[in-house]
Amino acid sequence: MALDTAELVTAAKAGDKAAFTKLVGATTAEMYTLAYRLTGNAEDAQDVVQEAYVRAYKGLKKFRGDAEFTSWMYRITANCANTHLVRSARHRHDAIDESEELADERPGPEARLTSADERSELNLALQSLSPEMRAVVVLRDVYDLPHEAIAAELGISEGAAKVRLHRARRKLRERLFPLRGEEHGDEEAARAV
Amino acid sequence: MQCEQVADRLPQIVDGAERAAPAVLDHVDSCLRCQAELVQYRKLLKALRTLRTDILEPAPGTLTAILASLEAVGERGAMRSLLTGHRAAYLGGIAAATAAAGAAGAIVLANRGRRKMRLAG
Repeated sequence: MALDTAELVTAAKAGDKAAFTKLVGATTAEMYTLAYRLTGNAEDAQDVVQEAYVRAYKGLKKFRGDAEFTSWMYRITANCANTHLVRSARHRHDAIDESEELADERPGPEARLTSADERSELNLALQSLSPEMRAVVVLRDVYDLPHEAIAAELGISEGAAKVRLHRARRKLRERLFPLRGEEHGDEEAARAV
Repeated sequence: MQCEQVADRLPQIVDGAERAAPAVLDHVDSCLRCQAELVQYRKLLKALRTLRTDILEPAPGTLTAILASLEAVGERGAMRSLLTGHRAAYLGGIAAATAAAGAAGAIVLANRGRRKMRLAG
């Protein structure tokens, strides 16, 4: 598969449109998934992924091939999603507050991450983060992009990327893997005493 | 070192990307609460990594829309190169016409000069 992708990239760089179409077909679902995780809705994800492939097509000659094509596409998709989110936020006049608290829609501890719906719980928790925090934690902890690449694609410093990651992990941990005393029920019980 | 200070460092050191200060490690070694918190962070990271293989089905029409955008970009590119080609041909034509007019002028002048010399002779 990797060799096939490399061959397709080489052919596409030489101007073979059919090869690029095959690359698109082979990677659309992955890029759509990333775009969906970053934007949080299907319509935006579709716009982002469309823009990402157009950018990739235009910049294909600059792709040196020292990284996997998918990793390169992850970076482009992340950059497009970031641009899209900034544009939407500006359009809605909806300033994003990084210190915004998580909307608390937690189920009881007994249902938390013990059953088959672990992934949907995780996705819900990710969606409850601010777009800035979500982007960093998704790109780092799900897609394994280096801090440097994340910072470059999101247009922030490496330090800022690390701070956002730190905050996002803490919020997710508190929500999904709370310690005794951090759980909803325990807090209420503690207050009642 | 206090638990609060250590807890603040745990999200950074959990993946091993950053080295923990010896004081933090010493505290974690001797504190059950901080050990438990570190374990919870490790579970979180493990859970997040599983999402990588959790691929969503794109909305219907996504691939078609992408290919249509690429087609449009390709056509715009072709149009641009066509226009660039026309511009080059136009400029080339002007240059050729100018050169031809210059050559014709030179021939006329040369002929006039020759006629004058013949009359004088």
